[in-house]
Amino acid sequence: MSAIHHPRHLSTSISSSTSAFLGQNNFNTRTQSVPLPVRNNGSCKCVATPSAEKTAYTTKVSRNANMAKLQAGYLFPEVARRKAAHILKYPDAEVISLGIGDTTEPIPEVITSAMAKRSNALSTVEGYSGYGAEQGEKVCLILFYKNSCQNPLLYRHVDSSSRSVQPLRAAIATAFYGHLGIEEDDIFVSDGAKSDISRLQVLFGSGVTMAVQDPSYPAYVDSSVIMGQTKQFQKDIEKYANIEYMSCTPENGFFPDLSKVSRTDIIFFCSPNNPTGSAASREQLTRLVQFAKDNGSIIVYDSAYALYISDDNPRSIFEIPGAKEVAIETSSFSKYAGFTGVRLGWTVVPKQLLYSDGFPVAKDFNRIVCTCFNGASNIAQSGALACVSPDGLKAIHEVIGFYKENADIIMDTFNSLGFNVYGGKNAPYVWVHFPGRSSWDVFSEILEKTHVVTTPGSGFGPGGEGFVRVSAFCHRSNVLEACRRFKQLYK
Amino acid sequence: MQRNTGHCTNVPRNVNMESLRNGYLFPEISLRELEHIQKYPDSELIRLGIGDTTNPIPDIITSAMAEYARALSTVRGYRGYGAEQGNKELRQAIAETFYEDTGVKGGEIFVSDGAQSDISRLQLLFGSNVTMAVQNPSFPAYIDTSVIVGQAGEFQEETGKYRNIVYMNCLPENNFFPDLSTMPRTDIIFFCSPNNPTGSAASRLQLEQLVAYAKAKGSIIVYDSAYSVFITDGSPKSIFEIPGAREVAIEVSSFSKFAGFTGVRLGWTVVPKELLYSTGFPVIKDYNRLVCTSFNGASSISQAGGLACLSPEGYTALNAVVDYYKDNAKMICDALASVGLKVYGGRNAPYVWVHFPGLKSWDVFAEILEKAHVITVPGRGFGPGGEEFIRISTFGHRESIAEASRRLKSLFIHN
Repeated sequence: MSAIHHPRHLSTSISSSTSAFLGQNNFNTRTQSVPLPVRNNGSCKCVATPSAEKTAYTTKVSRNANMAKLQAGYLFPEVARRKAAHILKYPDAEVISLGIGDTTEPIPEVITSAMAKRSNALSTVEGYSGYGAEQGEKVCLILFYKNSCQNPLLYRHVDSSSRSVQPLRAAIATAFYGHLGIEEDDIFVSDGAKSDISRLQVLFGSGVTMAVQDPSYPAYVDSSVIMGQTKQFQKDIEKYANIEYMSCTPENGFFPDLSKVSRTDIIFFCSPNNPTGSAASREQLTRLVQFAKDNGSIIVYDSAYALYISDDNPRSIFEIPGAKEVAIETSSFSKYAGFTGVRLGWTVVPKQLLYSDGFPVAKDFNRIVCTCFNGASNIAQSGALACVSPDGLKAIHEVIGFYKENADIIMDTFNSLGFNVYGGKNAPYVWVHFPGRSSWDVFSEILEKTHVVTTPGSGFGPGGEGFVRVSAFCHRSNVLEACRRFKQLYK
Repeated sequence: MQRNTGHCTNVPRNVNMESLRNGYLFPEISLRELEHIQKYPDSELIRLGIGDTTNPIPDIITSAMAEYARALSTVRGYRGYGAEQGNKELRQAIAETFYEDTGVKGGEIFVSDGAQSDISRLQLLFGSNVTMAVQNPSFPAYIDTSVIVGQAGEFQEETGKYRNIVYMNCLPENNFFPDLSTMPRTDIIFFCSPNNPTGSAASRLQLEQLVAYAKAKGSIIVYDSAYSVFITDGSPKSIFEIPGAREVAIEVSSFSKFAGFTGVRLGWTVVPKELLYSTGFPVIKDYNRLVCTSFNGASSISQAGGLACLSPEGYTALNAVVDYYKDNAKMICDALASVGLKVYGGRNAPYVWVHFPGLKSWDVFAEILEKAHVITVPGRGFGPGGEEFIRISTFGHRESIAEASRRLKSLFIHN
């Protein structure tokens, strides 16, 4: 996946450019020398520095071979590392971050005041709540579903002392899945899509095969590697063996040619897409659902950017008839409400989604959620509830609109410079083509010459080579300044 | 098994999930609770089952969280993604508060959304090819996550144990510390002290033995210290108080029971730099990679709360709440002992472990629920070693604790 061609070295302690309260993205200071792994025919051979080798005790526990398959660090900490190194080199430069898709605009007050209120309530007898339901808060009387398996889908009873618990799952169902037949008990509230993707991988286990778009958000591939679903990384083609990469290029309108895709158990599909910005049409998603149905596959549909859609492309896979029998959908308040730090997302697992033996996937996901997780923060849940109130929805649409305007500005800039530009219309990412060039080279050039951080396309898979992703999350003044600098560089 | 006339995918169910027995323990307890309430809607059910904190969080902490939340609406105060490893100041504060003089640094601390998530992440880190040992009885998440990740082998009905897991018996006879001399080697050893459910805290001598054992066998201890604030007898509060532990142990802890953060969600895991795999590769590097890939940091608001918890004022206020729960524990222990029951724990942990020799714990659980309208947890839920025991949690409002004590005394008076 990654095209980083130098050995990964430990970063020294470097503060990020914002205030001290914000933790740094880098791995912290390590004063002791430690062995650095050296690649040797695909196996990891440790070459220790002399002092470490002589005295270091090692356990007899084998390193997880799956971790060893990973190529370098996760993409975004790597970008952050480069940014930090750049800041050290040019301490007076005004570095502008259009790399990591990190939201920048304040959260609307209707939402933060709900979170402040919940926080304060936790200091009162009536308002204090301890453990919440792992699946998310639900106003719950005595409602549970039992079946002959004796493995009930269970809802935590809320006693009269926890009156502060609010019906978040129902609110999400209503707000986003109103007429789609998705119910509150199909919804599992979480601390965000990244955690959910891992939990889904744990659910599926190591014995399944998976397909991803190429390029794609790196967490799908990396979590698959960690889970043991893949074989080794093949350096020549920059792909992990055993993953099916579905090419998404300008030539195919960023929708894979399904006739060329081999069957896999799981298909990760992100729309609107990170990084290409492309939103699949109703017709395309209908074909995807049919493909999944014909192959008996499960689609994991990442709709984290759905509210950025400008045209009438589907906002949810469940708009497609038949999707409930073949798809899981994961989403997040991160890019809707600036909740990147607050942490709140959800995953929909329809009751109708069944394994090959007829066992409902939701029951196993429920078990995973109850065992491997203990619920999203109650304060964040109160915030999410405010997000989907009428005032909240109105407010977050305004913030989303702001970022969409940023995307327009970025698109216009690159278009005016004669580049082939994709995305931007239905997503907060602009995907710029630099034909024939290495994306890390372009990343470095842009960083060096304009002090703007972007994300190299190859970080998202070999299909991203030759592209750079420019994120639209930024203060307006910074976007305008960044675009001015781009015009300067590429005029 | 559920059958449906609709479309079935061709995706095989994860066989590891099939290996799990029943639901996770605590939702099962909730189910019994619901059934009981349906049956006796007017009973004043007292919940001493799930170890859920009950007392409000001190103002100084919740106002810090409220302030942080409000600041997110301002240009200056808005923060987006935090470091996956946690806020730097918080990591430092944790090191200073809990690991003074042990050598643990902020850079070795990974802030999380709680121990339950961390245990899973550690299992994901270790992978399916390692062997593990747990105390018997133990917090069910260690075993259940081991099964889910594929380490555990088949469940054996006769013994109630998973084939590949080594169960270290912790019983009154051995003072709830396992006999390490007869134990087969495993890669990973889960050890919780103070212990959930037995309430026992290992002594310095015992932990020295454990560390020496791990070193001799080349094993990694995953030490769960979530209840360390409840210790009253000077037992070690961290495995890193033991020399040599940095080369053999990971420690997991949490703000849940210490700060009433069961709903707020905040915890941490310590992975020392000296902890190395057999090849010499540092465990911390892989854990860092895993955290960066599978997680996106604990909620920034919870972290702001965590920082306030560790301020001098916050820490003092929280210790007062912990003392309150400790007094609850004493009340229950005294009540049960006064009617001749064999009572363990309660002194260094918010759990009382009551022995009912010869009886089945789910039966005793049912009897206590039916006749005294008190929810507890049957010891069997924590493993076969819990069979004759009942766990009573000591979180609760004083009046409930007093009332529960009265009812239990009444029930068992002829013991």
